[in-house]
Amino acid sequence: MSLTEKYPQEVKKILAKYPPEQKRSAVMPLLYLAQRQEGYATRAAMQDIADLLAITPTDVASIIGFYTLFHDEKEGRYRMQVCTDLPCALRGADQFLQELCTNLQVQVGQTSEDDLVTIEEVKCLAGCDKAPMFQLQGENGIEYHENMTVDKTLELIEALRKSGKEVK
Amino acid sequence: MAHILLRHRDIPDINKLEVYRKNGGFEAFKQVVTSMKPEAVTEVVKASGLRGRGGAGFPTGLKWAFMDNKNWPHYVVANADESEPGTFKDREIMENNPFQFLEGVAISAYAVGAHAAYVYLRGEFWQVAAFLDERIEDMEKAGLLGGKLFGTDYELKIYTHLGAGAYICGEETALLESMEGKRGQPRLRPPFPPSFGLYGKPTVVNNVETFTNIPMIFSKGADWYKALGTADSAGVKVFSLSGRVKKPGNYELPFGTTFRQLVYEHGGGIINDRPVKAIMAAGASSSIIKVDDKALDTPMDYASVRTLGADLGSASVIVIDDTVSIEWVISKTVEFFKHESCGKCTPCREGNYWMMHVIERMEAGEDVEANTELLLSVAKQMQNKCLCALGEFATMAVVSGIERFPDDFTTSSIGGGHA
Repeated sequence: MSLTEKYPQEVKKILAKYPPEQKRSAVMPLLYLAQRQEGYATRAAMQDIADLLAITPTDVASIIGFYTLFHDEKEGRYRMQVCTDLPCALRGADQFLQELCTNLQVQVGQTSEDDLVTIEEVKCLAGCDKAPMFQLQGENGIEYHENMTVDKTLELIEALRKSGKEVK
Repeated sequence: MAHILLRHRDIPDINKLEVYRKNGGFEAFKQVVTSMKPEAVTEVVKASGLRGRGGAGFPTGLKWAFMDNKNWPHYVVANADESEPGTFKDREIMENNPFQFLEGVAISAYAVGAHAAYVYLRGEFWQVAAFLDERIEDMEKAGLLGGKLFGTDYELKIYTHLGAGAYICGEETALLESMEGKRGQPRLRPPFPPSFGLYGKPTVVNNVETFTNIPMIFSKGADWYKALGTADSAGVKVFSLSGRVKKPGNYELPFGTTFRQLVYEHGGGIINDRPVKAIMAAGASSSIIKVDDKALDTPMDYASVRTLGADLGSASVIVIDDTVSIEWVISKTVEFFKHESCGKCTPCREGNYWMMHVIERMEAGEDVEANTELLLSVAKQMQNKCLCALGEFATMAVVSGIERFPDDFTTSSIGGGHA
């Protein structure tokens, strides 16, 4: 099913934001839409977006490659992206990430055994006064979690695991 | 004093349209649209002394006056990319006082004759963007956006646009490239956005905080605004305070407040009451200030901070205490810039890559003295050669760190003082 068939209203709304002769501007919002279901953009979706905007699939792929929030590979259902930049690190973010990984028995960049969550290290998220903090990227977009501890994070992961089972 | 920008701290629910309007909201927009010529609006902003709050401090009214009136349509773009490590003020404004920000965008659009304005938010601000979309809808329903505004022929639409995780998109020409659906890489300048901006059309790009000042300048007057702050830096600023302080957070204060007041009176002092060792006043893009009494008593305005061999930038004040090694600090900033370099120009792409490598060698204990010299030399060779400010910013902490804190770059000190 193409993007337009799947999300007709949303595609229309996105395209209406930009002048008709500048529809290439819609590539990023359309990629977010394409990622909604699987967490990454499939080849078919890239072709779809290219056709909609009269650009090449290579143009679309170059956007995915450049921006860190776009993905062309399947990972965990959620990406937990922990900021370890200077201000967060001054408030214990490096240690937080390390302890979290030890508890989950994964390394940074790896996915938990049940494919639920991928732990990633990212650059500044504008939450410096509320470190340790991370964002959770998943089917409902991106959520911030601030002033976190390892225990609170493990509880959150457990809750995500349970909610996933209910969906199935 | 009551807040001028962070007004939600004084007025509960100001993020609801009826509350914002009850407190004088959109009176300024109505006044300019119904009774002022666009050029007169720009003159008021010039007279207020307002300077851009994104970091560069360029006079806002002057920027608007540069718009090329022989090339149409015009656009207004709000820079809500807020990605500088240590900066988190625009997010608080948009989440809590959104209408004042949007009213500022609307007044700016009227002043430059734009009928479409975009808010470019970093992709991580997904929830903020969804919230702003609802507030824009509130405005449309109330007749504050759309056609025939206040019974005139003026019409305006505001849209949000999400980036997707790239620091460089805070650079205004990279932001415009990104909005056009391309990789966010800076353009060669000149031409500047007021003559060649979005889709090649004249465009005003200003920071969220800059726009948020605008409605108050019209409701209370340019003279009132200019009287706040110092001679060279008019008005108030939201200082984002982070690092080793007891009470990190945003503090709205007049320009000219000293570092000591910010860190001790507002920030509650240093964790475990340690001494302050260093301050980075402009986030990761700072020259590192070596802190002594004179530095602590320096007023935070554009000119005074320069006397310390640093810049105020976006006023993202990162506080470093004596438990932290400056060598570790610059390993963090270089790692950041290496990751965020867009790859377009060679000095930045290669320079950051090599700086990171040399730091790794130092941390492995390989000839620390020679590698420190090499690191300094790579940084200095990058300076004045990069296409945009990112490459320059990447060198600032490195050069100032090595020159001002040589004791942190010796064989025995390496590896100590991680936070």
